[in-house]
Amino acid sequence: MSKQQQHWEKTRMLLFVTLAIWFVFSIGIFFFGAEMEASSIRPLGYPLSYYMTCQGSLGIFVILIFWFANRQEKIDEEFGYTEREDD
Amino acid sequence: MFKGKFIDNLPKIYGTYTGGFIVFIILMAIAEQAGMSAKLIGIFFVAFTVLIYALIGYLSRTMQTDAYYVAGRQVPTVFNGMATAADWMSGASFVAMAGGIYFKGYGYMALLVGWTGGYVLVASLLAPYLRKFGCYTVPDFIGTRYGGNMARLSAVIVLTVASFTYVTAQINATGTIASVALDIPFEIAVYVGLASILMCSMLGGMRAVTWTQVAQYIVLIIAYLLPVFWISNKMGAGVFPHLMLADEVARIAELEAQFGLGEVKNSAADLKQVPKGLSGITKAHAEVNTTPWKFISLAVCMMAGTASLPHVMMRYFTTPSVKAARRSVGWSLFFIFLLYSSAPMLATLSKLSLMDPNLATGIIGKSISEVQAIDWYQNWNQANLMFVSDFNGNGTLELNEFFMGGKAVVLATPEIAGLPYVISGLVAAGGMAAAMSTADGLVLAISNALSHDIYYKMINPRAETAKRLIVARVLLVLIGFAGATIAALEIQGILGSVIWAFDFAMSGLFFPLVLGVWWKRANAQGAVAGMLGGLIAGSAYLIAVRSGYPGFWGVTQLTFGIVGSLVSLVLMVVVSLMTKAPDAATQRMVDEVRVPSGKAILGKQH
Repeated sequence: MSKQQQHWEKTRMLLFVTLAIWFVFSIGIFFFGAEMEASSIRPLGYPLSYYMTCQGSLGIFVILIFWFANRQEKIDEEFGYTEREDD
Repeated sequence: MFKGKFIDNLPKIYGTYTGGFIVFIILMAIAEQAGMSAKLIGIFFVAFTVLIYALIGYLSRTMQTDAYYVAGRQVPTVFNGMATAADWMSGASFVAMAGGIYFKGYGYMALLVGWTGGYVLVASLLAPYLRKFGCYTVPDFIGTRYGGNMARLSAVIVLTVASFTYVTAQINATGTIASVALDIPFEIAVYVGLASILMCSMLGGMRAVTWTQVAQYIVLIIAYLLPVFWISNKMGAGVFPHLMLADEVARIAELEAQFGLGEVKNSAADLKQVPKGLSGITKAHAEVNTTPWKFISLAVCMMAGTASLPHVMMRYFTTPSVKAARRSVGWSLFFIFLLYSSAPMLATLSKLSLMDPNLATGIIGKSISEVQAIDWYQNWNQANLMFVSDFNGNGTLELNEFFMGGKAVVLATPEIAGLPYVISGLVAAGGMAAAMSTADGLVLAISNALSHDIYYKMINPRAETAKRLIVARVLLVLIGFAGATIAALEIQGILGSVIWAFDFAMSGLFFPLVLGVWWKRANAQGAVAGMLGGLIAGSAYLIAVRSGYPGFWGVTQLTFGIVGSLVSLVLMVVVSLMTKAPDAATQRMVDEVRVPSGKAILGKQH
């Protein structure tokens, strides 16, 4: 496998992991809205379903994007594909 | 005062600007104490901020194509994040979202998840690759990747349909706010709004829009957060509302049970008296009151729509590098998060302050005549945003006898909670900033696509720079006027049109964009079939549902993008596989796009 293929292979793996986490917190958990509401886990005292829609999932997305960006930069560095002029 | 290059001085410049704005708020507060009228304060707030944006727009004027189309590709990560957040958060987010949560509770909060989750798709699937491509517009990418004028033209058509639907809603919002704050009729206010929008974008294109959007973000975030914190502290609900409103949410559930939410139904005859556009509280606040599929389908449409809306995507063309584009998506979402996580808190505080009989501001359970005598009730009733009526004739106001417009939750809550009027003026300026910044991005996206992709790439490839930029500006003004004219007709509410725009974009552009990067075998025939087929299928479904067709799979007129994008995906894959694979040069181009280093596909000037 050429260097470029390996790079793309790793990039794709990272995409799958990122999208899997995204799927869980944007779609997966909302199949269980009623169960979340009844759950005894109450972050900061809010019902879990309410908390996830107004803060939980949103915050996780922010962290997920920065995590993704860091991982992708590492992959690009590993294969020497980093841009020369950086900001 | 500021030495060196403009870009290096950004933190200083915007720091000074923020300080200046806070001083302005304090001056207004002092003026209010000294007896300045509420109306004059409103006029000062809106006029002052709009003049500042116009000044920034004028200072950023340019005659260079890459400055006009992509702000010279030198916008730093964090500032691009702020500009994107302003570009993104429209009148719908600022004015209508808290209202939606107020009336519909949990079911509506799918929009919060959808409008943030979409950024994960933007960061991982598209933004860095399109930045590497080096295109000026989204159809520029489609046209070069797939090749041929037909693909380019199809992309322009989808872009125009989606963005135009969106922009009429934003011009409508600027008109509403300008008409309330400046006290002029809506039909005229729409054109005042349009003039302010054009002043920001006409002379400097993307460069001007970028630097005004940063300024607008600062105004809108102060205008949203300050009242939320103030009201929360005033009500004794908690110093930091986001972390401390659990008791209030529980208290609302208690009151809803006590007042018999959902038990007392209004008769059709009673509802006829209620002015159009106003709604009552019918759904529980924090209870799960929707089916999982309804919630998820709406969230999915908003997420895929986010990743396909060209005015957002083109913001990432302005960063200095691929790496910066990726990080900048994270910053965008962070700045959006600040407002979105506050909207449910504002809805909670607003609801409680009106419902709780233990609070001085509570009106449910008071006598009708008493409520009708309240100052703020009279003001907002006059603006056609509030209404009470004694349906059962017992003289007291019940939960089902109070009606309010969605916009009133954000615009009127400061007044209801007894904050000084200066805060209401600030909120009006914030709403104006939110609607203007989005309208600017959208008008620019449409006119850039028409001037760059249709005029320059298809009609007159030998046009000189000066001529191209004049055409771009003429189109900008024409599109603005067309948008304002349609906005003045008020066909669909702000929120409805915005949701439609997402569905249109998702129907036609989501899969052609994503597969352009992630599937080498995708070719021009497939992409054209996908774009046009998706758009037609989605629109047909929307029209059918609007004219009485019951629909299938529980897909409504708010989620028709699901039908459109599925048709688009199937057509694109089938047609691509049935026709010839893209040539070797195109395949190499896709390989090139997938690595961050090396030259952009399209040159600096093209």
